[in-house]
Amino acid sequence: MRAVKIPISDEIIRSLKVGDPVALSGVMITGRDTFHKWLIDTFIKKTRPPQGDDLDISAALKPILDGGIIYHCGPVVSGLETKEYKFVAAGPTTSIREEPYQADVMKHFNVKGVIGKGGMGPKTLQGCQEVPGVYFHAIGGAATYIAQSVTRVLGVHKLDFGVPEAIWVIEVKDLPVVVTMDAHGGSLHQVVADSSGKVLADLLAR
Amino acid sequence: MRDLTNEFLELIRRAASDLPPDVEARLRAAIEKEEPGSAARGALETILKNIELARQNSTPICQDTGTPIFYVKHPEGWSTRKLRAQIRNALAEATKLSYMRPNAVDAIYDKNSGNNLGGDDFPTIHFEEIDGETLTVEVMLKGGGCENVGAQYSLPDNHLGAGRDLAGVRKVVLDAVHKAQGQGCAPGILGVAIGGDRGTGYSKSKEVLFDKIGTPNPDPKLAALEEQLTAESNQLGIGPMGFGGQTTVLDTKITGLHRLPASYFVTVSYMCWAYRRRKLTVTGDQVSYA
Repeated sequence: MRAVKIPISDEIIRSLKVGDPVALSGVMITGRDTFHKWLIDTFIKKTRPPQGDDLDISAALKPILDGGIIYHCGPVVSGLETKEYKFVAAGPTTSIREEPYQADVMKHFNVKGVIGKGGMGPKTLQGCQEVPGVYFHAIGGAATYIAQSVTRVLGVHKLDFGVPEAIWVIEVKDLPVVVTMDAHGGSLHQVVADSSGKVLADLLAR
Repeated sequence: MRDLTNEFLELIRRAASDLPPDVEARLRAAIEKEEPGSAARGALETILKNIELARQNSTPICQDTGTPIFYVKHPEGWSTRKLRAQIRNALAEATKLSYMRPNAVDAIYDKNSGNNLGGDDFPTIHFEEIDGETLTVEVMLKGGGCENVGAQYSLPDNHLGAGRDLAGVRKVVLDAVHKAQGQGCAPGILGVAIGGDRGTGYSKSKEVLFDKIGTPNPDPKLAALEEQLTAESNQLGIGPMGFGGQTTVLDTKITGLHRLPASYFVTVSYMCWAYRRRKLTVTGDQVSYA
């Protein structure tokens, strides 16, 4: 398993290939459906003016996103009442829901990787080639195990989105993932979808 | 009647953190079929480590603690109104204790209730009065990733060449497994309801998942189809997490319902590998969990 530190350079991103197991360490944020829509509407397409603490939060996030990683994760967090937050369970959520937004977010904020599960589509794969960036696949459902890689919760933004949708700033050590989409146009998900599609066609013809 | 709030809390804790033995046994058996060093085998190894850790620490197996679905079978004389209140209180407490993630989001105002309670329908609780003296409460926690890849087909389906018979059922179920790829957290368990209306189809396709893995269907026709669907789903080669591999589906459960002459629905509920279901039994002072 290859150890990769965040922020990640273009050189390292380009050296990662589909199938590589990677242990990620550094600071990253969680972000999923509400987060991506908020970024797109407020800062990229600007269909909605910034409100409340939006600008402060984007200023705080920019340096973390630059060369950084977004983890598609809606964690179970303890210590909500005392604000002594701890990740109890933190596996990946299904990434394909962010397909309309992901490439634009990666390009706008120079995000080098996303972690999720289930893979993403052609728009994100194209984005990975342009940024360059990669898609890291974590093991879906392995939430208690993965939470052990989260060494500290450094803060949280937009808790009013709800615990799963909030933007959690976390420090991780050796978070285990596999590269399933790389910066060279390779996608394990495309390969498996195609090969299983051929088998399906044969089975349906019987 | 006695207050069972604490027992319901324990039921939820077990469901969220302690994977049932029949599911775990299938996952352990699946490992041996994957090539050493493959991503598929690595995924299953991580899954098994996680199962053990979650059980040991009383923490959620998966952070998506899902839609809590309860089936209550009660003898005559129990108050369903009180049972409902106790289940809801237990669920709110389980959320406070981080056994459950706050998962109830108002769809109109996009607001998370923070305690897993939302309107009359979150959590889902089914009541049925039964003969005898024993109360049983079963709970299933079904995550959103696998719920999202569930599907309902109306036969005939010309695109798939699926007619109104079991051969047609086979085709649409395989299509659903292919469409799901790894997104429902494969290897999954398939709950299939044939017939019914759209509503009963979905609820029965979940209910059938309470049957133990490896218990053959009493109807030999359906037993054969279950076996065939599991085998053919695995031929697709989608594999654990969609990484490619031998194990895409752990088991298939089918139930048949009556239908209207005009309708022939086939409903597929895809259950992720983190198939969390537990049962509480209360007879007099005796309380047990399975």
